[in-house]
Amino acid sequence: MIAAKRAADTLLLLIVMVLAWQALHQAVGATALPAPIPTFAYLAKFLPSARFGESAWATLVSFFYALLLSYAIGLAIGVWMGFHRLSGAVGEPILISLYTLPKVTLYPVVLLIFGLSVAGRVTFGAMHGVLPVALLTMNAIRNIPPVYLKSSQALHLSKWQVIATVLLPATLPEVVAGLRIGFTLTLLGVLLAEMFAAKHGLGSLIINAMQLLQGEEMVSVALVLFAFAALANALLLFIEHRLHRRV
Amino acid sequence: MTAAAADIHASLAGATRIYPGVAGTPAVHALGPVDLALTRGEFFAVVGPSGCGKSTLLEVLAGLQRPTAGTVTFEDRKIAGQVPEGIGVVFQEDASFPWLTVWDNTAFGLRRSGVAAAEIRRRVDDALAFMGLKDFARAYPAQLSGGMRQRVCISRTLVLQPRLILLDEPFGALDAQTRLLMGDEVLRLWRATGATVLLITHALDEAAMLSDRIGTMSARPGRFLEIIETGWPRERDSTIVSEPAFGEITGRLWHNLRGESLKSLGYSKLAAE
Amino acid sequence: MTRVGWIRLIVIAAAVAALEAACRLGLIDHHVVIPPSEMAQALVRLLISGQDDGQIARTFGIVIVAIAISVAGGFALGVVIHALPRVRRALDPFFATYYAVPIFIFYPVLIVLFGLSVMPIVLMGVATAIVAMVIATLNGLDRVPRVLGKVARVHRMGAMATALRLKLPAAAPYLFTGVKLAVSYAFIGVIASEFILAPAGLGRVISDAYTDFNNPRMYALMLLLVIVATAVNMILHVFDQRWAQRRGIGKP
Repeated sequence: MIAAKRAADTLLLLIVMVLAWQALHQAVGATALPAPIPTFAYLAKFLPSARFGESAWATLVSFFYALLLSYAIGLAIGVWMGFHRLSGAVGEPILISLYTLPKVTLYPVVLLIFGLSVAGRVTFGAMHGVLPVALLTMNAIRNIPPVYLKSSQALHLSKWQVIATVLLPATLPEVVAGLRIGFTLTLLGVLLAEMFAAKHGLGSLIINAMQLLQGEEMVSVALVLFAFAALANALLLFIEHRLHRRV
Repeated sequence: MTAAAADIHASLAGATRIYPGVAGTPAVHALGPVDLALTRGEFFAVVGPSGCGKSTLLEVLAGLQRPTAGTVTFEDRKIAGQVPEGIGVVFQEDASFPWLTVWDNTAFGLRRSGVAAAEIRRRVDDALAFMGLKDFARAYPAQLSGGMRQRVCISRTLVLQPRLILLDEPFGALDAQTRLLMGDEVLRLWRATGATVLLITHALDEAAMLSDRIGTMSARPGRFLEIIETGWPRERDSTIVSEPAFGEITGRLWHNLRGESLKSLGYSKLAAE
Repeated sequence: MTRVGWIRLIVIAAAVAALEAACRLGLIDHHVVIPPSEMAQALVRLLISGQDDGQIARTFGIVIVAIAISVAGGFALGVVIHALPRVRRALDPFFATYYAVPIFIFYPVLIVLFGLSVMPIVLMGVATAIVAMVIATLNGLDRVPRVLGKVARVHRMGAMATALRLKLPAAAPYLFTGVKLAVSYAFIGVIASEFILAPAGLGRVISDAYTDFNNPRMYALMLLLVIVATAVNMILHVFDQRWAQRRGIGKP
């Protein structure tokens, strides 16, 4: 009942946003921002095309590897810094500084090292995603209430039992939050790399469409990206909420 | 009671409070109907099991909540939706403002009421001295213990010179010994200000020790089962716990409340025994 | 400085020294990364020559304006949304996915509306930063203890007085977190936009230096950005710690 009401509210918001889009289009003209209906029409034609498919696949591949790297490295760093107090204390401000640094300033370095290759885009994407995963994982482990560990000792659990049955469930909600933010930022990083290099992937489609004044293509690709990110976020958020409710 | 009845300071007549249901949950009949007449200058305690509506009673009396039915009066005027001037409230949760020093916390209400700066200084210094916080005037609440923070909240109420002081389980979060000492503080305060005091508590010994009259409340929906007069002299403190009358009063309170407490815990069958 | 602070300093110094050594020893190609000492030299020379002063001023000016708009606007929006729970719930999924959208697509719209002035870049910075401030404001207002609202009514304070004198100070530490985020996101939004889209500004100059194979200039400016961003963050962090300590909030 409540869920249906919320879904209705969100739908209402989407409708309002589409109406605002129409109004903005009328204010700035079709070259800057195409109208909703022609855009959706274009999207319907463009989506099944080979050109879109190629770019989407390229982005997906880069994104997949970047995400894997983000998660693996991020979790490893986060777990280490969470348990090893000194490393955590020393490293946290460094990580936070790196997190707030506009990493786009380091992009030329990535380009110089990797050229315009997939490896470069994957690295740049991973650079964005690894930090929130690490920071939130570290925090999750640090915030485990000490009484949990004391209780495990009192219950004579083995080290592996403690990790699997106490530490993992206790930290899971916050870790998943980190994974969710890491997902969004990694995608953004890969897209930024594609936008600058402008040769492969959906990011390059956007930039090229922008420069060729093809508003409908630009907005179509953006919509696809937004829908993808929105769905993934919704899924991870759903998991996160379910985990929080158990805690 | 007949002579004192002429000087009713505040009263509830048939006061009822029903919380409306939200999004499918049923309405909650939390309080009443309740009748209560507070004589000017008396110390009245309300005891009852958890969830019986004691806090609701206090908030209705203060004007923080409107009763669903019945009337609330303070100094012969009806209260409707706004807390009247002359009523002070101390809550159970720590309401000290962490961003202000103890001194500024205490002065908070005064600053807003257009009192002259010199008068503010005098009243705040007096209140802090009275509550034993003079040495902590420049400290922040985060640096103080729970008991001291409650004293800050009491100081903040005191400086406004309220004529009716409402205390909603103010010592609930404190340990037992601190509670007894704070009880003495409240009595001191009561005598020095001459205010009427209503204290909500779940601690029977606290109620028995501090009050002139005690109202025992039933389980939800809260209604008064009995109002007991203690007959204590005005000049009392925590040492009266050794008086035999104290044990009798506490015993009588428990006799009233045992069944209600069981009810509120869900042991409806046992309560019938 | 604490023991941890010293260790951190040593770790960073060691990393820089390792990079310097790797460059000097030829382990890292000179055409890819120049030694940190050369970066510093190039920066000093650049600042002395004043060659890029205009661009530097332009970019930092834009960032400051973007921060100001984002913080004020974000706070105001946050207060309004907080007062409308139904609107807030509808906006939740929007907030969660906001940072996944490449907001650069709005650049052409902004060009049409504001021409080739600095406004489009300022607004890109605002668009990146404002949502972080809104979320932090909502968070902070959530954490205002309910009892403070009751205290406000006992003191017979009106809505405006309650908001300014109780809710704002109570939520302040969390609002400050929003400010910190807004600062870094404004940096990111402005620089990224200049990189990819703008005709001028530090981002554009760095991008041009890259295409011109002018490594010293490129690295000098990158170093400048890193130093400024880090310094600003450190200052904000120190204030945050101090205020949090006074409030008894455990901020690491």
